[in-house]
Amino acid sequence: MNAPEKQPGMGASVRRKEDYRFLTGNGQYTDDVRVPGQTYAYFVRSPHAHAKIRKINKGAAMKAPGVLAIFTGEDLAADKVNGLPCGWLITDVKGQPMKEPPHPALAQGKVRYVGDQVAVIVAETYLQAKDAGELLEVEYETLPAVVDASDALNPGAPAVHDGVPDNRCYLWSLGDKAAVEATFAKAHQVTKIDITNNRMIPNAIEPRAALAHYHRGDDSYTLYVTSQNPHLERLLLTAFVLGLPEHKMRVIAPDVGGGFGSKIPLYAEETVIAWASKKVNRPIKWTAERSESFLADAHGRDHRTHAELAMDKDGKFLGLRVKTTANLGAYLSTLGSVVPTYLYGTLLAGQYTTPAIYVEVDAAFTNTAPVDAYRGAGRPEATYVLERLVSAAAREMRLDQAEIRRRNFITTFPYQTPVALQYDTGDYKACLDKAMKLADVAGFPARRAEAEKRGKRRGLGYSTYIEACGAAPSKIAGMLGARAGLYEAGEVRVHPTGSVTVFTGSHSHGQGHETTFAQVVAGRFGIPIESVDVVHGDTGRIPFGMGTHSSRSIAVGGSAIVKALDKIEAKGKKIAAHLLEAAETDIEFKDGKFTVAGTDKSVTFGQVALTAYVPHNYPLDKLEPGLNETAFYDPLNFTYPAGAHICEVEVDPDTGVVKIVNFSAVDDFGNIINPMIVQGQVHGGLGQGIGQALLENCVYDRETGQLVTGSYMDYAMPRADDLPSFKVGTHVTPCTHNPLGVKGCGEAGAIGSPPAVINAIIDALAPLGVTHLDMPASPERVWRAIQQAKRTKVA
Amino acid sequence: MSISVSMNVNGKAVGAQIDARMLLVQFIREHLGLTGTHVGCDTAQCGACTVFVNGNAVKSCSALAVQFEGAQVTTIEGIASANGEMHPMQAAFKECHGLQCGFCTPGMVMSAIDLVKRNGKALTETSIREGLDGNFCRCTGYHNIVKAVQMGAANMKGV
Repeated sequence: MNAPEKQPGMGASVRRKEDYRFLTGNGQYTDDVRVPGQTYAYFVRSPHAHAKIRKINKGAAMKAPGVLAIFTGEDLAADKVNGLPCGWLITDVKGQPMKEPPHPALAQGKVRYVGDQVAVIVAETYLQAKDAGELLEVEYETLPAVVDASDALNPGAPAVHDGVPDNRCYLWSLGDKAAVEATFAKAHQVTKIDITNNRMIPNAIEPRAALAHYHRGDDSYTLYVTSQNPHLERLLLTAFVLGLPEHKMRVIAPDVGGGFGSKIPLYAEETVIAWASKKVNRPIKWTAERSESFLADAHGRDHRTHAELAMDKDGKFLGLRVKTTANLGAYLSTLGSVVPTYLYGTLLAGQYTTPAIYVEVDAAFTNTAPVDAYRGAGRPEATYVLERLVSAAAREMRLDQAEIRRRNFITTFPYQTPVALQYDTGDYKACLDKAMKLADVAGFPARRAEAEKRGKRRGLGYSTYIEACGAAPSKIAGMLGARAGLYEAGEVRVHPTGSVTVFTGSHSHGQGHETTFAQVVAGRFGIPIESVDVVHGDTGRIPFGMGTHSSRSIAVGGSAIVKALDKIEAKGKKIAAHLLEAAETDIEFKDGKFTVAGTDKSVTFGQVALTAYVPHNYPLDKLEPGLNETAFYDPLNFTYPAGAHICEVEVDPDTGVVKIVNFSAVDDFGNIINPMIVQGQVHGGLGQGIGQALLENCVYDRETGQLVTGSYMDYAMPRADDLPSFKVGTHVTPCTHNPLGVKGCGEAGAIGSPPAVINAIIDALAPLGVTHLDMPASPERVWRAIQQAKRTKVA
Repeated sequence: MSISVSMNVNGKAVGAQIDARMLLVQFIREHLGLTGTHVGCDTAQCGACTVFVNGNAVKSCSALAVQFEGAQVTTIEGIASANGEMHPMQAAFKECHGLQCGFCTPGMVMSAIDLVKRNGKALTETSIREGLDGNFCRCTGYHNIVKAVQMGAANMKGV
């Protein structure tokens, strides 16, 4: 490991502190929490993609056994509950703000997608609430629906929102259009592709859940909720929606069973039950059934893109232009607007020196579930466009796939891209070289020949990706339309006997913060990792935080903790100087000891902690007792993890079945604290990326707007026997602008892998004449592509 | 309709009057408060709810509690030693980093133990992947789960 000496505790694959409770059934997830007197909520959802609500008759349902209350959109409106806010304002090509139609937590007058919340029923038991739901009479007047973004933007399409007759939320652009046009005018070769980035349903295995508890005694609320960012949840819920002071709401996101972006947004369900718990003066629990997760969790991706790459005669990239149509769903989810814009267009330089880039994104409302962040959020979409395009360009230019990339790699840093980002560091060639060794590219021709003898087609696919993580410098984010800051907070509380509790605004829902963050602290203080506990996910205990998303936890949350550690060390030196009767400037801290430089006089970290809390011999005139520091860290820049993924597939041309025989990933995440956890993050990302490339696809019926893939019988989640074992490696160029030199690793696998897989399949089938495939590359699609190519050849 | 049911869960006799529609997993989670067994879907696909009934792995979300009158049920809470020492399969999942968010984990561990009991130690990567077909994990890409099952199988005594 290339961990720098100044940061001890890094580079060891410490086994996770949190595992014992998960493995023995002692985790506490939201649905595991029970409070006395709790009631249950059932949401009545729209069976129609688009309809007017003519009338709701509560009568029969209200009389059902156990029912306490039924609320509809009218009840929320009467109580002046606001709609759900969007967290990012996009300004369009004409300088106008995006269209922000209301997003009511319960439908008001109209439903806009199958699964849209129409009413909530609160009852003594869940079955009673659900039974009553069957009795609620809702009279609908169905309207024509539109589920495809391109269809929605066509003149005459049904308007999802009356206030947005053309369904266009915004037409947004980035880059210098004229400069790009000029490069195309002088290009030797232009490669063009039209591709779809298929719609995904995130499918964290823990369904969303919430338990809202109103306390009449002090007019406050406790909300347990499956959230990746409890403080953001609280901010949006209190200040924006319910009009409550923040200190009256405690949001707890306990153990959360996976998020992948889908647990970032503020959702309707927790909003409604928080409000309703005061109305009925009882705690209310809601837990999604998986069918509801399919319908009403925020979905991901869903782009259609035309992209063109201009090159000179040597395959050097001159210009890139991209036109994308993005599906936002029926409403703007919390981060719905920023995913296809600033998290997408800014990534289109990739690892390449392309001097001129222009991207346009046309974003449409449709009668589908809202679309928001899903692992990678915009960056996988950008990588898929670019890496598919680069591979197509290599084929057209008859250049080797690695060679065309090498010719265009950025090699000097910092590097300012034409799409706003400034990369601080990286070594793309080194990653590619390592990945090619790992993938045994040299041995590929022999393997391909051997497969051909068995009637199979082998292919090798490359993807060299960049991502922007560690969101984000608040000032820049604010300039670009963010409605919140994107710093992180950390508190380090040293207890009198020298053990430590760390409070972080990051949230772990599988990432292992309780171990990784503890390693950082234990290493710094020279104490056993068992002496450090990490607390996350509770606004009642943690100063503040923006939560976990965009691979930001270690880079931003970790940096906040390091800043707090710096303050602890500085104060510890003052205390030690007093105890050792030395000048503060002469005190050094290393291996858990404060030492007078050049002497053997020292005190331990534990002695200093005890002195801070038992200040009998203490400079009380100059220094407060206690050893407890809080820090906020606002990043100076994004971090830029990058890597090279190489996929080798074997295709059966008779059946179209694709088998991944080798997947090699070499990633540069900067310094690595726990290699075991980092590898696990890569594996998981690869699983999701390969799932997108080969299996998963969210499909709505184009006529009726019904969700066709609404269960695990229809939506092809990757199972153990669908995925290969992975070969993963790292290359380290430390991040230059955060104290740990870290970049983040959570999303890389899902970003880098989809184009590697599809490029590999196209490489395998290119001899048969196949030049294009869309995800997921199911056997049927692959077989059809082969047949189509055969017919074209004959013709 | 209310109906009485009694069974043995993790070595303890339990009984109750329940709604006849109550699923085994609801009985375990809500009536007994054993929340280690999870519900990840409603179509018996994800396997997070896997428990042992009379020694066989069962998806407790797809069976009524009343079907198990008199049965011996073991949940994830019942497989570690009385002193809290983990079962070799649990220990292997920790050692191999075979879990991340932990939500699928109890069901995955139960299925893995069942797989080893049914197949003995002679499990290959392929047979483990096929054998875990009934359990979803969204975090790990299954890579380390496969390693964990191999290690757990090697360390399980009496198989």
